[in-house]
Amino acid sequence: MMNVRSLFRTFFLTELLVGMSVTLRQFFAPKVTLNYPEEKAPQSPRFRGLHALRRYPNGQERCIACKLCEAVCPAQAITIDSDVAEDGTRRTTRYDIDLFKCIYCGFCEEACPVDAIVETRIHEYHMENRGENIMTKDKLLAIGERYEAMIAADKAADAPYR
Amino acid sequence: MDTINGIWGAVPANLQPLLLTTLAVVGVMLAVIMAVAFTTLAERKVIGYMQLRRGPNRISLFGLPVLRGLAQPFADVIKLLMKEFVIPANADRKLFLLAPLIVLVPALTAWAVIPFSPEFVLADINAGLLFILALTSLGVYGVILAGWAANSKYAFLGAMRSAAQMVAYELAMGFAIVGVLMAAGSLNLGDIVRAQEGGPLSWYWSWLLPLFVVYFIAGVAETNRAPFDVAEGESEIVAGFHVEYSGAAFATLFALPEYANMILISALASIMFLGGWLSPLQGYLPADSFLAQPSFFWLFLKIGGFIFVYLWIRATFPRYRYDQIMRLGWKVLIPVTLVWLAVEGVMVWLRIGPWA
Repeated sequence: MMNVRSLFRTFFLTELLVGMSVTLRQFFAPKVTLNYPEEKAPQSPRFRGLHALRRYPNGQERCIACKLCEAVCPAQAITIDSDVAEDGTRRTTRYDIDLFKCIYCGFCEEACPVDAIVETRIHEYHMENRGENIMTKDKLLAIGERYEAMIAADKAADAPYR
Repeated sequence: MDTINGIWGAVPANLQPLLLTTLAVVGVMLAVIMAVAFTTLAERKVIGYMQLRRGPNRISLFGLPVLRGLAQPFADVIKLLMKEFVIPANADRKLFLLAPLIVLVPALTAWAVIPFSPEFVLADINAGLLFILALTSLGVYGVILAGWAANSKYAFLGAMRSAAQMVAYELAMGFAIVGVLMAAGSLNLGDIVRAQEGGPLSWYWSWLLPLFVVYFIAGVAETNRAPFDVAEGESEIVAGFHVEYSGAAFATLFALPEYANMILISALASIMFLGGWLSPLQGYLPADSFLAQPSFFWLFLKIGGFIFVYLWIRATFPRYRYDQIMRLGWKVLIPVTLVWLAVEGVMVWLRIGPWA
């Protein structure tokens, strides 16, 4: 009896038809793909993207060259040189992040006692020439100035959970 | 209109039929090539939809906002034609360049005997079905030569597999066609369609259902399509017989015949089992209504349906193992066709069925 049934199944291709009905149902199902440049997936305020160096509202650099970020960086992507500035404060003379080494773990942000180095939610950036992967202090400060509103809003949104 | 008539009148009378035939041939060729182009798009769209993706939807035709992705085939063709064409250092140059042509020419020539509508067929020859069998078998040579000439072990293995498979499934396909011959009593494709006159139930799929199923399965295997695409099984032998082909030769000479053969198999299945250009509404609507008339539109609809099944199968089933393919071909499909041919023979002898 079992043999007759399995013979029936084999010859009428029932299992193949069941499989094809599954794909046909998916054919009419709504599609989940986002049309990327026009539609984007939701992003958390905690997103760790391109780095930035922030300033205080009065324009003073936040970074005090404590080198905690350089020490904590697991990929050793950060290089810092420091000196005494004209006003007698301790400041960086060089603050380089190698984006090729960086693993975007966010430890530098966590280690920073003055919230100077942050990772923004910017993730659509590219380089066209060799050497552009090194983010210098000037470039980082420029990003910080340009996106300060966004950075401050993201930090405020995340503050209750920290 | 007058100028066109004037030019036409200037052509010598004995050259006019030749010119007309040439125009018809070029028209059919262009139609087939355009159909191939849009089949590649349909394949990506259908498989994408079945995998919950959207498929290509960026390149629109003339910048129209509707049906985005419609111009994708043209972008693909331009890309492939501009790519470098590499001939491997140790390849047999002559055969390497000849092989794609041997695949391409039969795939396009076979369209000469396909009747598109009651009136339009390029060559209304009485041995039409034999002509098609002969030409589709020729394609195997191109595949073997391509695999051999590339002087690469993957290409060679792929060619061997594909040759063995095509030979095995050609038998089952041939037997399925014999069933149609017995039913219609003619090798002329137009006569085969005319013999099926009288509504969807008198088409041959009803009486020859096993042969119909076997024919389509063998057709999928003949064209080396999934799930019978071991000839190009990328997980084992990279891309099979066309690993070493690139650029224009790959595009126009392997992708084109593969899809042209798919459409050809679909067209033959429509003609032999689904009544070709006959209307499926014949007998259900008044005979003078537009939808009950035979027309090329019905043939295209049926071909489109088969193409969809091709893509549907590809999106559904994993690839067969090689020994399973051989077992299915030799031990299942051929016995099934033989048994049904015997049944059909008895039915013809006893005068049961539409061929009585």
